[in-house]
Amino acid sequence: MASRSSTNPPAPRSQANRLEAAATADTTAAPGVLLVAPGRPWMTLRRREMLAGYVFISPWIVGYLALQLGPVLASLLLSLTAYNIVEPPQFVGTRNYVTAFTNDDLFWPSLRRSLYYVALDVPVGILLSLLLALLLNQRLRGTNLFRTLFFLPSVTPTVAAIFFWVWIMQPDWGLLNWTLSLVGVRGPAWLGSIEWAIPSLVTIDLWTAVGGTRMVIFLAGLQGIPRELYEAAAIDGAGAWRRFRHVTLPMLTPTIFFVTVLTVIFALRVFTSAYIATGGGPAYATWFYTFHLFKQAFQFFSMGYASALGWILMVVLLAFTFVQFRLQSRWVHYEGERQS
Amino acid sequence: MTVHAAAQRRGYTKRSDRLRRLAVRNGLYTLVLLLAILFTIPSYWTLVGSIKKISEILVVPPVWWPAEPQWRNYARVWELTPYGLFFTNTLTVTAASVLGQVLTASLVGYGFARFRFPGRNLLFILVLSTLMLPPELTMVPHFIIFKELGWLDTWLPLIVPNYLGGGAFFIFLFRQFFLTIPPDLDEAARLDGAGELRIFWSVISPLCLPVWAAASIISFLAHWNDFIGPLIYLNTQDKYTLSLGLAAFRTGGVGGVPMGEPRDHLLMAASVMMTLPVVLMFFAAQRYFIRGVVMSGIKG
Repeated sequence: MASRSSTNPPAPRSQANRLEAAATADTTAAPGVLLVAPGRPWMTLRRREMLAGYVFISPWIVGYLALQLGPVLASLLLSLTAYNIVEPPQFVGTRNYVTAFTNDDLFWPSLRRSLYYVALDVPVGILLSLLLALLLNQRLRGTNLFRTLFFLPSVTPTVAAIFFWVWIMQPDWGLLNWTLSLVGVRGPAWLGSIEWAIPSLVTIDLWTAVGGTRMVIFLAGLQGIPRELYEAAAIDGAGAWRRFRHVTLPMLTPTIFFVTVLTVIFALRVFTSAYIATGGGPAYATWFYTFHLFKQAFQFFSMGYASALGWILMVVLLAFTFVQFRLQSRWVHYEGERQS
Repeated sequence: MTVHAAAQRRGYTKRSDRLRRLAVRNGLYTLVLLLAILFTIPSYWTLVGSIKKISEILVVPPVWWPAEPQWRNYARVWELTPYGLFFTNTLTVTAASVLGQVLTASLVGYGFARFRFPGRNLLFILVLSTLMLPPELTMVPHFIIFKELGWLDTWLPLIVPNYLGGGAFFIFLFRQFFLTIPPDLDEAARLDGAGELRIFWSVISPLCLPVWAAASIISFLAHWNDFIGPLIYLNTQDKYTLSLGLAAFRTGGVGGVPMGEPRDHLLMAASVMMTLPVVLMFFAAQRYFIRGVVMSGIKG
């Protein structure tokens, strides 16, 4: 490193000056130098920075082309073919899409089941996460312990968490039905019941997700609300409920919005719990959309059809997200945004 | 003016105010306690079930604590199933994945945070847009790619993708972090003629330890708990991870328990053993973990 100390110009003004000085001074190849090109006329400072930037992000560029953009285009093409992995793909035009909409007895029911799951899981889940965050934000004694207890289910391995609940919901000796029997209620078969299977899977998801990252994000959102707002509201004579309704809730709407968008996307993709706990049953009661897609792809090896199902899912997700962004202006309050 | 003074001005006596607040606080406390118990019961039930005799599980009313703790349930899981193998498999896949994910995501995040190059903003929007991409869409092409590479029934499809950028979530996390480090530090090193990779390694990375810790834990949990990846790519039992092995143990595909014979007590012991490392890890690094979640969620 020949350039150390004395060769540096004293107190250079701009960043560019400083970097230029460094670049021109660096004529010997110092150990660990990534781009050993200064001195050559074409390697200006700007170019050096550019090149370094591209080199640093290059793993992502390779990954994006090979595992994102490429596969997305490939799946679009595959969705127009019949392809069973063994024989080469046969172009069939839009037949897969037509089949899905008109000739697949499981398509619409599976989509409807996934939407039903979303309708139960998302509102209840967000409400409960918000409730937990509000409780923890009261700075009660032992808050750290409670936060940990609420959080632990979300780090429990998915498979184990599903097992936990299979035992709780076991119809004959499960804890849930025993508890119900104490108050004289005969509990249903839960995961084995056509009507209760989806609510049961929702319950499992609520247990794992309600106190997890969603709650932590809400908690951080609550702690980001300036105290002055509450003080001002109290001076104006607002009680606890009105402070919540007119300070906390509006200030939290951006967080709620962000969390809702993500939760909908996750819930619509429900798969693992159905695969492990119910196997899509009983009588197809938990045969969700992604379950259908998985079966088509990896059990029947209808890769072309599965790709078409993937694109339909993509369109549904985009539609959901688009609608939520459109409705945003009705209820999300961004502090610092001009009110009209 | 404080809240308290305002309350006084509105005519509350100090005493009734304090009583009311105490009542509210006790109510909240009861609620939080009830919820905490409700949240803990499923885990407790499996934990205590793992040391019961099977007859103590299949019985009503429930047994809250076994007459004689059956610690041998744990030993029997190791005898009847290749549990040790599943464990080391999971550890190998997880460790290799976490390393790749954290390493390349931090390099890419640094690239986006520190250097100006044409197309940077557009590329970063592309990074974020991949968050919206459902994995189901690329599942089939990925399967075909890895099949062509001859990687089916190996761990490579689970590990290698992590070395290609590490995913949008982590890139975003690291970029947000690097934006908070003042550029004077690396400029000084640049002045000394250090190369970019060297600057990253010896100047920047020592400052990253907290964010690396946060990312490592989040990544560890995701890979340790992953089910769909192993389900798609692994076929032979000796390559199974714990998620897959446990699911197969339940359905009878793994383990020397005769079909039809109840194995819930053993399955409970196996579940506890799978959960324990994660919980310990979480306790050890809870602080970093929560901070990581907050950083990624809020600064967006």
